[in-house]
Amino acid sequence: MNLPTHILLGHGGGGQLMDQLLDEVVRPHITNPTLEEGLDSALLDLNCASSGPKSPKLAFTMDGYVVTPWKFPGGDIGRIAICGTVNDLAVCGARPIGIALGLILAEGLETCILREVMTSIAATAKEAGVKIVTGDTKVVGRGQADGIFITTAGVGLTSVNLNPSSIAAGDLLLINGPIADHGLAVMLSREMPHLQTPIKSDVAPLNGLIQAVLESGAEVKLMRDPTRSGVAGLAADFAKRTGRRIVLDEKAIPVRRETRHAAEMLGLDLLEVANEGKVVIVVAAKDADKALQAMRGHALGHSAAIIGQFTERTDAIVELVTATGGRRIVQKPFGEQLPRIC
Amino acid sequence: MQLNLDIPQLLERLHAAAGRVQRSLAFMEVCGTHTVAGFRTGLHATLPANVKLLSGPGCPVCVTAQGDIDLMIDAALDCHATLCTYGDMLKVPGTRGSLEYARGRGAKVKVIYSTLDAVKLAEANPQEQFVLGAVGFETTTPATAVAVLEASKRGLENFTVLASHKVLLPALRALLDGGEVKVDGFLCPGHASVVLGAEAFRQLVTDYAMPCVIAGFDARQMLAGMVRLTEMAADNKPDLDNVYPQVVKDQGNLVAQGIIEKVFEAAPAKWRALGEIPGSGLRIRDQYAHYDAIRRFGLKATDAPEPAGCRCGEVITGRCSPADCGLFRRKCTPLSPVGPCMVSSEGTCAAWFKYGPATKPTEVGV
Repeated sequence: MNLPTHILLGHGGGGQLMDQLLDEVVRPHITNPTLEEGLDSALLDLNCASSGPKSPKLAFTMDGYVVTPWKFPGGDIGRIAICGTVNDLAVCGARPIGIALGLILAEGLETCILREVMTSIAATAKEAGVKIVTGDTKVVGRGQADGIFITTAGVGLTSVNLNPSSIAAGDLLLINGPIADHGLAVMLSREMPHLQTPIKSDVAPLNGLIQAVLESGAEVKLMRDPTRSGVAGLAADFAKRTGRRIVLDEKAIPVRRETRHAAEMLGLDLLEVANEGKVVIVVAAKDADKALQAMRGHALGHSAAIIGQFTERTDAIVELVTATGGRRIVQKPFGEQLPRIC
Repeated sequence: MQLNLDIPQLLERLHAAAGRVQRSLAFMEVCGTHTVAGFRTGLHATLPANVKLLSGPGCPVCVTAQGDIDLMIDAALDCHATLCTYGDMLKVPGTRGSLEYARGRGAKVKVIYSTLDAVKLAEANPQEQFVLGAVGFETTTPATAVAVLEASKRGLENFTVLASHKVLLPALRALLDGGEVKVDGFLCPGHASVVLGAEAFRQLVTDYAMPCVIAGFDARQMLAGMVRLTEMAADNKPDLDNVYPQVVKDQGNLVAQGIIEKVFEAAPAKWRALGEIPGSGLRIRDQYAHYDAIRRFGLKATDAPEPAGCRCGEVITGRCSPADCGLFRRKCTPLSPVGPCMVSSEGTCAAWFKYGPATKPTEVGV
C-alpha cells in the first residue's frame, strides 16, 4: 500500500504499519550495517589497542516514553523509562553501565507529578543497579506535549555473543511469566479510569533475571522483550529473522485470569498486547531445564514456561496450537489496537 | 440446554452427531464476534469434515452502507464537530478515506467505550459540537438510546447522534427469503440475545424450519452450539436451543427493549450486500429529533457505489469465501482495505487474513 500523506496514530503501534514507515521514510536516509542488524541495542566495537574477538562490545540504545496516563496500576512513566532502557540493553546480553535521561515537560505540569516521577526513576534505577549519569530538561508550551515525555539513552557492556544464525529445529522459546498485563493495565486506566481492576503492569528491570539465565550455563541464542506488538510481533520477527516456522502452544503461555477476561471484554488478542517485564529467550532443548530453573529461581520468573518451538519448516510462519486443539497463524499486528464495538 | 462438557467431550459428541448425517452441513454464525472467536481459537480445524461454519451478516461495520459511513466522516471533517465513535469504526473507508485518516489530517475523532462518555464530553465542553456515530445491532442500540435520553434530560444543545443501527431478525428473514443462501442452522449471538431474548429466534424455527442455537463466545460455547445444531440436523428436528442460559434469558432484557422502543422506531434500512430491508433499521422518533444529527444539520446520505470488484456482500451472506475474491490479499489487506469485511476487526476477511490457517484450509464458505 502507499504510505498515507499524514502520520497516523497507528504508525506508532509497533506493528506492520510502523515497519512500513521506518522502511520507507526513516531507515533509507541513515542506513548502515549496525542499524540493519535491528537489535534492541546497537553493538559497537570499542576498537582499543587490546581488542580482540572476545573483548566486550559497547551496547548502545535509546527510547522515548509517552505513555498516557503518566501513572497506572503497577507503574508510571519514570519506571517504564528506566526498565525499558535497561531491558533493551539486557536482551543483548549487556550489563547496563549508565543511563542518560531527557525530560520534556509541558507548561502547566504540576511540580508534584515531576517529583513523583523522579522518585520512581531513582527507585527503579537502584533496583536495576544502574546510574543516571547525564541528562537534559526542556519545557514546551502548553499543548505542545502531553504533560511529561521522557527520552533515555543507555550504554552497557557485553561479552555475550548471541547467535541467531545457530537457531535450529527443536530450539525452544521460554518466557518468564504471564503476558499482556502491561498493555491492559494502561488501556484500562486510560479508557476506563473508574473501573476497579486487579490488573497491574508487569513493568520491571529484567537485567537480573537475564544475567541469572546467562550464568546458568544454558547457551542463549536469542532474546527479546515482547513490548509493543506483544508476543505475536516478537514471534513474527523471530520467524522472519530465522526463516523458520515457530509453533506456539496457547495452553503453555501463562496468562492471569483477570487479564484474559479484560482482553475478552475489549476484544483484544492477548498475544498482541504489550509487556514491559517479560523476556522471550531462545535456547536449545538440551539447555531448556537449566534456563527454566534459572528463571524460576528469580523473583520475576516464578511462572516461567516453555511456550513454543522452532521447527524444520522454513516458511517463516508463526503457528499457534490453540487451547481448543485447533491451529491458526499468528502475525505481527497491523497498526493501532482498537477495542471492538460490542 | 446447558452442556456441561469440556472441549474434548464436546468434540467427541460433535463428531458422533456429524457421523450420523450423510451430507455436508453448513451452519451460519450470525455475529462478527463469533467469526473472530472461531478463527482465533482455531475452531474450524477441529470440526468434522462434513460440518462447516459460514459467516453471516452480523458484523455491524460490515453491513453499514458506505453512504452512512461517509456521513460520519463528513460530520467530522465538514461540520467541525467532534465525532465520538467506537474503535472499530476508525479504519472503515468512506468515499473520502477513513476516520483514522481524517484524524491524521486534523479532524476531531474520539474513540469512546461508552456512549455516556460522549454525553459527558458534550456537557463538559458546551462550546463544541459532539456527534455520536453509532452502529450495531441490539447489543449497542440500548446504549445509544440511553445517550439520547440522558442528553435530553440534561438539556444538551451540543450533542447529536448519527445512528445507523440495525435490527437482526428482519435481516435473517430476508436472507432466508432470498433463497440463495443454503444453511442448515444459525449459531445465534449471545450478546444481542441478551437484549432480544432467546425466544425472539423462534420465528425462524416456526416459519423456516431453521434450527437456531444461541451460544456465547468462547470455543466451548461455540462447540456446544455446533453440537446442538448438528444433533438437530441428524435427528431432522429443527428447534430453538440456548446453550448460554446463564446469560441469555427467554424474554431478554425488557428494560433495554423498552429504552430502544422509547427512542427509536422501525424504519427501512440499507444493508451492504442485502440492499434495503423493510423494518430492519431504526429511526430516532420525532420526539427526539433534536438529537438526530441528520435532521439537526440537514445531512444527506448519498448512494455511494460499492468498491469495484469487492465481494464483501457475498462473503457476509455465506455465498463466497474471502479467498474467492480477486481483491483479497492483493489489493485488499488490513493495511489497505477495500471492503468493510477487511476493515472491521470482526470482519470475515480480516479474520481470514489475520488468522487464516497455514496448515489446513478451512474451506469456510466455499
